[in-house]
Amino acid sequence: MTERDLSHPWMANSAPGALKAMMDEIGVSSPREVFQQIPEDHFRTTPLDLPPQLSSELALRRDLVGKLKKNGDCETNLSFLGAGVWQHHVPAVVDEIVGRTEFATNVWGSYQSDHGRNQAWFEFSSQLGALLNLEVVQLPVYSWGCAIGHAIRMAARITGRSKVLLPRLSDPERLSVIRTYCKPEGMAGRIEIVLVDADPTSGRMDLNDLKSKLGSDIAAVYFENPAYLGTIETEAAEIAQAARAVGAETIVGVDPISLGVMTAPGDYGADIVTGPVQPLGVHMQCGGGAGGWIASRDEETYVTQYNGFLVSIVETIQEGQHAFGLACPHQNSYGMRENGNDWTGNSTYLWAIAGAVYMSLLGPQGFQEVGTLIVSKARYAAKKLDAIPGVKIVWPDTTFKEFVVNFDDTGKSVAEINDALRGQGIFGGKDISGEVESLGQSALYCVTEIHSADDIDRLVDTLKEIVQ
Amino acid sequence: MTRLPDFHAAKWDEPVIYEIGRQGARGQIFDAPEKRVADAVGTDLIPHAMSRKDTPDLPEITEFEAQRHFLHLSQMTLGMMGISLFGTCTMKYNSKAAEFATLRPELAEVHPFQHPDTLQGVLEIIHDFDGILQNLSGMDQFIFQAGGGADAAYTMATVARAYWADKGMLGQRTEMVTSVQAHPCNPATAAAAGFDVVNLPLEENGYPYLEALKAAVSEKTALIMINNPDDMGIYNPEIKEWTRIAKEAGALCFYDHANFNGVMGKLSARELGFDACMFMLHKTFGAPKAGGGPAVGAFGCTAQLAPYVPGPVVVKEGDSYILDEDRSKSTGKVREYWGNVPQVVKAYAWARAMGAEGINLASDISVVANNYMDKKLAEIPGLEISNPDNGAWRMEMTRWSLGPLTEETGVSTVHFANRMADYGIDPYWMSHEPWIVAEPFTPEAGELWSKEDIDTWIAVIAKIAKEARENPDMVKSAPHNQPVAQAKGDAFEDPAKWAMTWRAYQRKVIGDETKKGVA
Ligand SMILES: Cc1ncc(COP(=O)(O)O)c(C=O)c1O
Repeated sequence: MTERDLSHPWMANSAPGALKAMMDEIGVSSPREVFQQIPEDHFRTTPLDLPPQLSSELALRRDLVGKLKKNGDCETNLSFLGAGVWQHHVPAVVDEIVGRTEFATNVWGSYQSDHGRNQAWFEFSSQLGALLNLEVVQLPVYSWGCAIGHAIRMAARITGRSKVLLPRLSDPERLSVIRTYCKPEGMAGRIEIVLVDADPTSGRMDLNDLKSKLGSDIAAVYFENPAYLGTIETEAAEIAQAARAVGAETIVGVDPISLGVMTAPGDYGADIVTGPVQPLGVHMQCGGGAGGWIASRDEETYVTQYNGFLVSIVETIQEGQHAFGLACPHQNSYGMRENGNDWTGNSTYLWAIAGAVYMSLLGPQGFQEVGTLIVSKARYAAKKLDAIPGVKIVWPDTTFKEFVVNFDDTGKSVAEINDALRGQGIFGGKDISGEVESLGQSALYCVTEIHSADDIDRLVDTLKEIVQ
Repeated sequence: MTRLPDFHAAKWDEPVIYEIGRQGARGQIFDAPEKRVADAVGTDLIPHAMSRKDTPDLPEITEFEAQRHFLHLSQMTLGMMGISLFGTCTMKYNSKAAEFATLRPELAEVHPFQHPDTLQGVLEIIHDFDGILQNLSGMDQFIFQAGGGADAAYTMATVARAYWADKGMLGQRTEMVTSVQAHPCNPATAAAAGFDVVNLPLEENGYPYLEALKAAVSEKTALIMINNPDDMGIYNPEIKEWTRIAKEAGALCFYDHANFNGVMGKLSARELGFDACMFMLHKTFGAPKAGGGPAVGAFGCTAQLAPYVPGPVVVKEGDSYILDEDRSKSTGKVREYWGNVPQVVKAYAWARAMGAEGINLASDISVVANNYMDKKLAEIPGLEISNPDNGAWRMEMTRWSLGPLTEETGVSTVHFANRMADYGIDPYWMSHEPWIVAEPFTPEAGELWSKEDIDTWIAVIAKIAKEARENPDMVKSAPHNQPVAQAKGDAFEDPAKWAMTWRAYQRKVIGDETKKGVA
């Protein structure tokens, strides 16, 4: 093949003669010469066998879009899936800002050349801190489950203890990640996870069981508010108090979109708070919108235990001017390798920018409105579903945007019902049958601000027909 | 003579978002619930103990003000708008065609718990891309759950745990062996997973002695984790001996293949003896870095280790694709769901657009361009290449030192980097800790940048070296053409001064707990 044939839109030096010009300057006649460090018998013996090159954007687009169109999505269909990934409204300005090439392509420069990005990061932490009533917020790590994992490990380091209490009704997806972070049996420094029962009448943590398991060996109690199955933990302050009484940390997971209407965790005794960033203006993206932040009070005990990026506002050498940079940068794995706090690396920092834009667009009133809208619609959906013969809401009137719908009395499985719904262009709630034995054939439904009353009525009417 | 850019960054003097707006201003409005909803549920919906009483202290601005504010911030982010030869990160063009494909509702509005019948398109892409990476590495299975390169290293550590637990040897295989030159994520993730870390020192040829490896590995070694080439641009020619020796001791061999750009199409991790490897899709495979993610560390391994990887695994059954979660030996998940899917799609797009011929050409260009750059840099007094005795052509990047220039002028590599931005050139990558050479910097040209870009970059380096001699104070106080001046670093380590939120800043620095700061 001649050089001409290889000219590619993404490689300047693939143009005819360009590579040769550089080779001439360094005095080699074939590219292979510059690979002289690699012993001959290290080169691969099997040639690459990849699908044909699509160097034309038109051809590439055809391939990508053609494949993606085989997906069904939650815009064409009416979806009630949640459980860690939720469909919320993403304001158009958020999409514009996160799509800015400067934000999409930057890596790491100086505090001056990254000034705008660093300010946006600081504004993410500032606004989220205001929703949480806490003064330190770390930029998001890979996911909520990962954030909880790091938070538990922080608590273990702070207390020097190695046992944590988690709700029995935890999301299996997050719990699997948390178990990974806490390490399996037989591993050095393992953190033991003990599950606390739920009160079967409310789905909330059973305080008697909690108190029986709390002791001077407990590093932390973790709970979510709202919880995995949508329930609101009304006794949060009491849980935090009981934990503090034995010297344990209280770690709470919250859904930030609830915080216009729900009490800030900083106000009920949470020591470390985690949550997902995705509800704050990030599309679901098949789970690719995940990201999890960690927050706490501004106390050295906590600040020195973070694993990632803490962005601080500081003065510059020019009077009256401020800049933004990393506080305590040496305590992470970049600074201390295996002796740092856990590890860090590329994470989900673009979603911090999405969150910053989202929170600034909503403001205090927007959060109040969206929270009210969500809880109203979710309750409306729950009420109407509960009225269908054979369909039952497990914990009525105690939830935020998600709730458990039980189908035992319909004689049909959730799988069957969801198949039938899908045939009508509706994605039913996540099938949680088998996750919790006592819940039988149940699904976790999620209703948000994107669902109109008509959408909900359509679900109800369709379900009525299916379960009849 | 290359003309230097007469550059000045956008300088909007942009207030912190709390300093703009006015009471009652709105950026988004949500209508009240429909009447039939409100009638059915009423207004007393959140249990009293959990119903918020205070008003969160958020900015109150219009939609346009939010847009303008964040556009200003984007414009005050240099982010590859100049020339970024940022070593260890392989700066690439991030295709807009790929980006726009992932913004379509067929991906952006897709839920990972949808029925697989409605996920066939995205599963097909993941499956096909798995095949492409298998071909590039010789591995048998890739997964994409890890949210970055470090997370893929962590995945390896957890897979090793599951593997040794399955063999009943978790209590015996307690050590991970690596080199001091390995990326910090390797020792850090192995330690976080519970392994003891053994670091091998470097010898004069730039990599640890084989004898040192032999002495370090034993029946206690669970795994070794190593990258090759390293960030100096040095390829360890004994790597096949490494995997042989480690395997003789029973250890698993993990290839941190993040520095893949110079060897793609040239090497196969499997043929070199590795059991597993990772690729950074946001580095080598053209997905954007986005200032630190969302990212993907693609983790690949042999069939022997495949049963242990975190689920789900995308599998083709007949004509359709499924998510296989039913894997009894699997280590737990390292992250929820199946990965940063849009980034996987972008990486697939990169591999398809490049094809085998493009990938081979790109590694040729990367290594030639780096050596071209080395030759030009060597002509600038005050700069010194790492491992000067190793006269061989380097791989796709080279670690350099400004040590002699710093000694002569007092201008450090940090000063130098700050000054680069004044020319619209992205500050370079210096080095991971620990610094092995004095005042390091690490350029990497890759296949994106033109020879003219490289020449401009070198001309700027030469110019700043000259400035360091003629006017060191000017360089030390740089930048001068940026949105802000040098940050004062003392607050970053001072609990009394650091402020990670506006609220903390108000309390500590402004000394007013109640002041809201609305200008
Ligand atoms: C050799 C090497 N390994 C691992 C990593 C870590 O990747 P990440 O930042 O995505 O976690 C990097 C980062 O550039 C790297 O250069």
